[in-house]
Amino acid sequence: MRDNVRIIKDSLFKILVYSLAFLSIVPLLMIILQIVKNGASVITLKFFLRLPQPPGESGGGILNSLIGTFMLVILASTLAIPVGVATGIFLAEVKNKFTEFLGTLVNVLQGLPSIVVGILAYLWVVKPMGGFSAFSGAVALSIMMLPMIIKTTEETVRLIPFSLKEASFSLGANYTKTILKVIIPASAGGILSGIIIGISRIVGETAPLLFTAFGNPYVNLNPAKPVDALPLLIFNYAMSPYDEWHKIAWGTSLVLIVIVLGLNLLTKVAGKKWKTKF
Amino acid sequence: MKSDSIFKAMLYTGGVIVALLVVFSFISLFRASWLSIRQFGLKFILSPVWNPVSEKFGALPFITGTLATSILALFISLPFSISIALLVGVYLPDGFLKNSLSYATDLLAGIPSIIYGFWGLFSLVPLMRKMEIKIGILPYGVGILTASIVLAIMIIPYTSSISREVISMVPEDIKEAGFALGATTREVIFKIILPYARSGIFAGILLAFGRAFGETMAVTMVIGNSNFMPKNIFSPANTMASVIANEFTEATKDIHLSSLIQIGLWLFIFTFLINLLGNIVVNKFRVESRK
Amino acid sequence: MENKILKIEKFSAGYGNNYVLKGINLEIPEKKVTAIMGPSGCGKSTLIRCINRIHELNPDAIYKGHIYLNGEDIYRMNPTIVRRKIGMVFQRPNPFPTMSIYDNVIAGYTLNGIKLKRNEKDRIVEEALKKAFLWDEVKDVLHRKGTFLSGGQQQRLCIARALAMKPEILLLDEPTSALDPKATSRIEELIVELKETVTIVLVTHNISQAARVSDYTAFLYLGELMEFGPTERIFVAPKHKKTEEYLTGKFG
Repeated sequence: MRDNVRIIKDSLFKILVYSLAFLSIVPLLMIILQIVKNGASVITLKFFLRLPQPPGESGGGILNSLIGTFMLVILASTLAIPVGVATGIFLAEVKNKFTEFLGTLVNVLQGLPSIVVGILAYLWVVKPMGGFSAFSGAVALSIMMLPMIIKTTEETVRLIPFSLKEASFSLGANYTKTILKVIIPASAGGILSGIIIGISRIVGETAPLLFTAFGNPYVNLNPAKPVDALPLLIFNYAMSPYDEWHKIAWGTSLVLIVIVLGLNLLTKVAGKKWKTKF
Repeated sequence: MKSDSIFKAMLYTGGVIVALLVVFSFISLFRASWLSIRQFGLKFILSPVWNPVSEKFGALPFITGTLATSILALFISLPFSISIALLVGVYLPDGFLKNSLSYATDLLAGIPSIIYGFWGLFSLVPLMRKMEIKIGILPYGVGILTASIVLAIMIIPYTSSISREVISMVPEDIKEAGFALGATTREVIFKIILPYARSGIFAGILLAFGRAFGETMAVTMVIGNSNFMPKNIFSPANTMASVIANEFTEATKDIHLSSLIQIGLWLFIFTFLINLLGNIVVNKFRVESRK
Repeated sequence: MENKILKIEKFSAGYGNNYVLKGINLEIPEKKVTAIMGPSGCGKSTLIRCINRIHELNPDAIYKGHIYLNGEDIYRMNPTIVRRKIGMVFQRPNPFPTMSIYDNVIAGYTLNGIKLKRNEKDRIVEEALKKAFLWDEVKDVLHRKGTFLSGGQQQRLCIARALAMKPEILLLDEPTSALDPKATSRIEELIVELKETVTIVLVTHNISQAARVSDYTAFLYLGELMEFGPTERIFVAPKHKKTEEYLTGKFG
């Protein structure tokens, strides 16, 4: 009798776990469904090639923010990759009190709220330069990207068997050559997927751009001037009262989500291919 | 060799830059907040009045809003994230279903917060409005509860992936010992797996809390942006992050800007401590379970 | 002739599409020690893992045939009830690391949601630990975690944990393979003592251990039961050529 109660409880609990787990996937499906439904209708070739139109006029495009996002990502990557890869190798290769402390700092950096990163870029770049700029936005995004690159580099380099290093040293290679010609090529796949994950994280970041890159209704290629970005456009258009603009925000969301999920997929699929086998 | 020492110095430089970045972040925030710290002192975090016109700045409404939304979000998300972790870590055998579930939660983690906010604003807010009309309160739609739900959806992947990791670290043989004594799966979960994984799961919750705490865009879009003390969970409010997002570019007076930066400083300090603690606990758990 | 507590009939089991055990027929006598021997990979561990239905926890597990406990088919019973009646001790000692020694012994009851009074619990713990020859060594540290104990002590703690449930059968899966010789001999003494109260099925690859402690011996080879009978008879006059080769160390 009592055992039956236990067995029923066990089955009920199992049902509960299954339903709660699958229920948590529902929002994901709802979000994707709604974005595809509302976004697909506005996406045409013109959508990518035109500039935004004033409220009331239809047929606006996202060319300015598409170029802006592209520029921000390139600039931020240029800033973050050298420092990130060097720090990652440093953490994997050197073991002392400082690297231990540094490892913790990297985790802390990863948890830093993006809005705070925005304030920092404002204080460090916008104020001294005297105005909003693509460059300040890129600085903010590079800080967001840094921990991701550091951690994946560290993990990949750590996984490289010591025998590989020994082999290189026994051939008379020095430390520099060993790292540059043996370790980095062997971990290139891992580092690259770390960079892509980093990009997928910053491409949708909005908060750090609010008072750095700021937004710009025109195409701008000068890093010292403000630019628009896809997530900024979504924010500004979504909060506006115009239906036309809401539509564009849905379309832009679809573009953004395709980029982000595409990048994620790329690391999942290609990550396996690039992985060096030992 | 000379080239080696130059190269090593370069690696060190990378590390030093990162360390300095964190240190200078704190110093810069502190310096830029100094005007407001000097003027308001401790009253800054205790006063419920935030009025840019009369230049009175107290951050209590935002601290309340942040704590309310993140704690509420944690409670809403917990049953779901633990369920995912249990399903993947205990119930499901290796295979298609297990992989797709892990993959779906990873995707959920990758979606930018602006998209959650946008979806929340156009889908969840009308839904909440309907519900609020039904139960007979002011139908704002936006507010603390709405923000908490969006936050909860966002942090599910974080808690579940860390819980999944720690649950998978529970040694197979002690689970078997539990089954061999005649325990049901539910009993093995509650009396063996969860006690063993307790500290790791706690850390996962802490890290998710840290994320909810500092989340900006999704919250800004659905919380209602009110600078008054929230009265209940349906009230429109502001969090520390959302008030910065809303007012930073409009702050023309130095003291207003400095006060907003001081809120940023507190966000920095809180998330720093939460992440520090969370990482220490997770690492300790990893080391212990490897023994 | 003694009573046969467990009857295994045409039982096969394995993983995926591959049967490790093939058509086993075996009757285990009550309150005796039955040793199951054979070279590694012969399926002896799989066999006893089927007796308490632990085998099926592996998602790839397959099995067919019948096992009767006192005439009742265990594959028609609820597995949790089967496991409570048939206790098991594993190769490597596996006390619950989150529980004290006391809580480990009583774990079978707490896990099964059985509420006991304090003095009843005390009595069960003391009795089980005494039966497992562990009481004197741990009676002053009952409320400390069991992880500081030596390997042999941990294994006796696991035996006490199984005994506390008062099982009808105790399965021992190479219980001394992770232990030193001294700890091994203590466990062997314990096994001989225990058969007064409980039926024991012992899997071992240690031939002399089977000779020392068991009353009956089953010899498994490549998933099939080659021979079964009183231990003395098997060792003195094996009927099957493979058994003889194994016992004289010709292979495995």
